[in-house]
Amino acid sequence: MRAAEICSHRITIVTGHYGTGKTEFAVNLAMALAEEKPNLMLADLDIVNPYFRSRERKGLLADSGVRLISSSQACSNADVPALPAELQAIFENREITGVLDIGGDPVGARVLARFFFFLLKEDYQLIYVLNANRPEVRTAEGAAEYLRGIEATTGLTCTGIVNNTHLCQETTAEEIQKGAVLAKELSDATGIPILCHVAEEKFVTELTNLPEPVFPISIRMKKPWE
Amino acid sequence: MAKELWKGNEAIAEAAIRAGCQCFFGYPITPQSEVPEYMSVHLPKAGGVFVQSESEVAAINMVYGAAGAGMRAMTSSSSPGISLKQEGITYLAGAEVPCVIVNCMRGGPGLGTIQPSQGDYYQATRGGGNGDYRTLVLAPSTVQETVDFMQEAFDIADQYRNPVMVVCDGLIGQMMEPIEWREMPKRDLPPKDWAAVGRRGRDHHNVINSLYIEPDDCDEHNVNLEKKYAEMTEKETRWEEVQCEDAEVVITAYGTPARIALTALETLRAEGLKVGLFRPITLWPFPEKALHELAGKSHVKAVLDVEMSSSGQMLDDVRLAVEGQKPISYLGHAGGVMPTVEEMVEAVKKALKEVK
Repeated sequence: MRAAEICSHRITIVTGHYGTGKTEFAVNLAMALAEEKPNLMLADLDIVNPYFRSRERKGLLADSGVRLISSSQACSNADVPALPAELQAIFENREITGVLDIGGDPVGARVLARFFFFLLKEDYQLIYVLNANRPEVRTAEGAAEYLRGIEATTGLTCTGIVNNTHLCQETTAEEIQKGAVLAKELSDATGIPILCHVAEEKFVTELTNLPEPVFPISIRMKKPWE
Repeated sequence: MAKELWKGNEAIAEAAIRAGCQCFFGYPITPQSEVPEYMSVHLPKAGGVFVQSESEVAAINMVYGAAGAGMRAMTSSSSPGISLKQEGITYLAGAEVPCVIVNCMRGGPGLGTIQPSQGDYYQATRGGGNGDYRTLVLAPSTVQETVDFMQEAFDIADQYRNPVMVVCDGLIGQMMEPIEWREMPKRDLPPKDWAAVGRRGRDHHNVINSLYIEPDDCDEHNVNLEKKYAEMTEKETRWEEVQCEDAEVVITAYGTPARIALTALETLRAEGLKVGLFRPITLWPFPEKALHELAGKSHVKAVLDVEMSSSGQMLDDVRLAVEGQKPISYLGHAGGVMPTVEEMVEAVKKALKEVK
């Protein structure tokens, strides 16, 4: 598949409950899009998490043609919610394709509220990443609550659900299938379509039954022993 | 039960609630802020009390008060915040009040960095507070273990009427891992007939106090504490040995470096090198006897200690246990830098070369 199939808009905003794997998805998406489009920028706008940030993969991203925007060096290891000025380029320069990696929950999504008026004028999509193994979003009701909370905080409308169900190194195709069932329930309850299912390359052949595209990824956000 | 994906800090809080924690007092600090955050939402729903205190000093003294009244109480913080709690911890130990303290360690000294570290080993095992006291220190290396140990920590504290610390480095607090909620074996716990909950028909008030003003009384109190610490050492010391049966080099490590060591072991074993891991699970009581015996075995040629600390802190306990039987080398980083698998592989090879 082409990454542009799930990202037909100029700006893609990746949100979700925290711990669902948004950064892993955002990094993989940006790298895949960079193969198809020029001027790809990934913005690390997570103001919640101090660890496991997309900026930790700056070198890898640069090699893949992705320009990473994150807080200045002075702020990058301080737990201050400072935003990079360069970020404005994504909103103002329509030559750029942007992926915004947002912190978890409505709290993390609050960072977007200040860009509301810029975003309204642009071609954007707000993605909700779902992981059925996270206890607070394992039911459609729980997942919908976080989704609506993110919409309420940002003032933006969610237009796609991404099933990113996994169990780190213990992930199986069955886990992803389980997530697909939950994503369908959430989609039915909210009317928001499922954009894709995320799976490591090795599971793709076991997911051919799914009606939506499967987005193959490689794990980039590794732990130090992996 | 099916596995779920939990972030270390959230899991610490949820495990405490499941263990019957009734009161949480704390103050936010990276990288442990998810513990109070989770507690603030979920502990009141479970019938407990959450207070964001005005400081870490206040938090530990609130624990002293609530636990002194027989409540299951805890606090959590990260390194600089744990420093602030030291006075309260020695009072709790002196007054024999059970509680649980979580330290999600970051780089120091001082404010240091928010990245993971293990520079608080001395503070946890030697005590940053005054006097002859001990806290039992559990050091999990996975989120699953963190969850299991949190549930046990309250029981251990109540059994011995002593503070129990759970120390993990920031990485364990911040990472996501699959876990399952499993029943931990319940201990037969003594009644809290010492708690300050009013007279309730007794002929005396219970008093929670660490003041023993008469020297003889204070000496006797210390003798009694020492007996308790000896019993904890005998019954509660824990460790894990991985592939040590034929190991020529034994890596000693706890927490995150122990996880990294497991990957290094795979690499080294694949090259035909005999390497094992000795992982202390209780930092105090340190598994001194077990490590002494292992180091005495003829197949063991060298010991390599790995920590997230500049020149090694657990290294002192490793030396005391090995007692000069075999050479010991050290690999470590401080300030939020973690040792890599490659560095560990190199260090093991170097240690082997030096003894062959």
